[in-house]
Amino acid sequence: MDLLIHEFVWEEIKTMISDFDTTFEKFSKDEFTFVQKEEKLHDKKLQTKPVGYVKDALIRFSKNKGSLICFIIIVLLILYAIFVPIFTSYGVSYKDPYYSYAVPRIGFFSNLGFWDGCQTRDVNQQSYEYYSRIPGAIKKDYGTVEHNIAGRIQEWHKIKIDTYNKVGFVKKLLTKEEYEKAIAYEKSSGKQLFYPVIDEKLINNPSYKADQNAWFLTDSRGRVKLDANNKVENIYIKDEKSPDGYAYFLSKMNNTQFETRVLYSEWYLYEHGHYASYIFGADSNGYDICSRLASGARLSLLLSLVVAAINLFIGIIIGALEGYYGGTFDLLMERLKEILYEVPFVVCMSLFQLYFSHKIGPVVSMLFAFCFFGWIATSSTVRAQFYRFKGQDYVMAARTLGAKDSRLIFKHVLPNSIGFIITTSVLTIPGVILSESILTYLGIVNLQSSSITSVGAMLKNGQPVLSTYPHCLFFPALFISILLVCFNEFGNGLRDAFNPSLRGADE
Amino acid sequence: MFKYVMKRIALMLVTLFIIMSMLFVLIRMLPNQIPAMQGGMDKALHEMRTAWGYDEPIMVQYGIFLKNIFTAWDWGFCTKMGSFLQPVTKYLVEKLPYTLYVNVFSMIIAVPLGIFFGIIAAVNKNKWPDHIIQVFIMIFISVPSYVVAFLLQYFVGFKLGWCPLVMKGGNDFASWAMFHSAIMPILSLAFAPIAGDMRLIRAELTETLTSEYMLLARTKGLTRKQATFRHAFRNSMVPLMPTFLADFIFVISGSLIIEQIFAIPGIGKTFLDSILLRDYSVFMACAMFYVAIGLIAGILSDLSYGFIDPRIRMGGDKNNDL
Repeated sequence: MDLLIHEFVWEEIKTMISDFDTTFEKFSKDEFTFVQKEEKLHDKKLQTKPVGYVKDALIRFSKNKGSLICFIIIVLLILYAIFVPIFTSYGVSYKDPYYSYAVPRIGFFSNLGFWDGCQTRDVNQQSYEYYSRIPGAIKKDYGTVEHNIAGRIQEWHKIKIDTYNKVGFVKKLLTKEEYEKAIAYEKSSGKQLFYPVIDEKLINNPSYKADQNAWFLTDSRGRVKLDANNKVENIYIKDEKSPDGYAYFLSKMNNTQFETRVLYSEWYLYEHGHYASYIFGADSNGYDICSRLASGARLSLLLSLVVAAINLFIGIIIGALEGYYGGTFDLLMERLKEILYEVPFVVCMSLFQLYFSHKIGPVVSMLFAFCFFGWIATSSTVRAQFYRFKGQDYVMAARTLGAKDSRLIFKHVLPNSIGFIITTSVLTIPGVILSESILTYLGIVNLQSSSITSVGAMLKNGQPVLSTYPHCLFFPALFISILLVCFNEFGNGLRDAFNPSLRGADE
Repeated sequence: MFKYVMKRIALMLVTLFIIMSMLFVLIRMLPNQIPAMQGGMDKALHEMRTAWGYDEPIMVQYGIFLKNIFTAWDWGFCTKMGSFLQPVTKYLVEKLPYTLYVNVFSMIIAVPLGIFFGIIAAVNKNKWPDHIIQVFIMIFISVPSYVVAFLLQYFVGFKLGWCPLVMKGGNDFASWAMFHSAIMPILSLAFAPIAGDMRLIRAELTETLTSEYMLLARTKGLTRKQATFRHAFRNSMVPLMPTFLADFIFVISGSLIIEQIFAIPGIGKTFLDSILLRDYSVFMACAMFYVAIGLIAGILSDLSYGFIDPRIRMGGDKNNDL
């Protein structure tokens, strides 16, 4: 092999030399001019644009498709967290107890039998009779199924229940003006809001007491009693003055208050201008999960960003001092860090909560607890980077030229390591988000109030009803999973991009 | 080596003592040390309180606390948890088996599976098995264990009805019913370590597979399998053994969130309840338990590096001269 190449190359060289000789002989001496005789030669300006460290990192980052997609998803989630609480019709503090545990519904899907606010359930005969007398409550009847209850076979009904219409009738106390306005609306729109008031003395089943949906005559076990013509008997209050003979209101407080019975879904339309529909459903208190989740996510993201920024700040200062000066300060700080590092995070967090949460609020004390530990990792990174760079020749050269310590730190050492330091602190963000959700789930940090919430608190609320209303848990869990997966992938991509030793490795 | 070990242990004890002093002062200075009780209980509580020096200055209290620990291994008494005025150590020892049971099983599942799939990924680097395993790693490293737990609870526990939703109480650890109820917590604890182990093994093994002694091993006539297992695998395990060792020690500390979700009456749940119910003696004992475990795990994994790799052992004596 070697011989062949040699021979081949030799042949090439020989022809080149002979070509050169023959061409050279053709020229005379005066055909040549000097390129430069008097003027000085300078370096020519680069024709291509210079690629700096950050730009190179960005170019390589954008080549990593997975990380780029994750970055886009993170941006979308952040936009969701920022804008949903602003534009939603349900605020963070808005709650409607009638629609507690309403199942997710999007108007667009509702005809496809999917994401339609309905729930398929097996109910017993009594509940079946109850639901079938609420307008629109049963979307679909799948017929009967057999259930074995305590050794006896019972016939149950498999039905698809609309969790929004299921609310049915509710009692409303209105003032005279409100009542008249509603009557006017009834006449103009042609929708029926008011239904005859029921006589609560005639309710025989104790579990139907104070339930406005039990407008039919039942026995004490709650089964419907039929009259002689096999018809359901109502228990409405009679009133001769009304056109159909039933009373539509009871006047209280000397005719200034009207006790009425309204169909809640229509009443909702009258009050809000649209039917109720929660994209992600509603939780146990009737809060809208979509906007609550967005505000919880807002809190998590903001907290993690602030924690990362503070840790970066403290970590760089302490790490730089340690790594640059070394000596006693370094030794003392290292021992302090070793001790602090061994204190379990939960213990520290609970102590912070016990001491400060009633003074400065749970969120701020959580922030302090995160920062109490977080700087340790950053400062160790910074310290290692400073140890690496401070002994290098270019730093020595700068020092010999008379650069001060501050100039050496901020101009010569820090810029070399800042990319690595920042990417490490970006990688701590998902950790903070995860810890925050775990701490609020466990109740160590108590974040449950009408105006503030967090993903962990929502998970805590949803867990008891996991089997019946999984949507309370599903959306927060999905959100945090996607966020964490994307953040980790994004962080890894960023780290690879900012790692100069990988430059050109993928090409 | 012996000197080095002794030095590390002495340093550990100093750290332990400093943290214990800090925690003691911080915990004792919290308000409502002991809640008021009704009737005769109150008298017993009051006597216990005087015996433990709760009315003395804080430094005297610490002296009494230390004396009780060193003379009688007495870490205080329960006020709100367990039976009334029960010694804390006894209470914690009761809880330990549950945590060990769940966590040891999850480690038994996680380590072999992680090693097995890690090897598969490394051997088939950049082929489809590797890509599948990479996606698995990416998901299970990031997805929190509680999400896995909820998914298991909903689908396996509720929809399919294969396992009970929460762990069974009682002490019959050898019975099938106990194991059956522990399957879901074991699984939800295992996924993250499986993914972590896979990632470690894959990274280490791909590096060793490209080293020159592997080329030599192939050149002298070993099959790929022989070379991989006898040379590459052994060498790639060296930096991983300390990690596994530390994992096995951390098993005792239990997982707060998994124990809460599956109602396992283990150490993690005890610690959590002690915070929520403000039973400070239990809180103190649990916290010190965690600190001790962290320190011991750190020391053992550091020392095991030396036992496995002679190069570190030689260097360790000089560099760690504190």
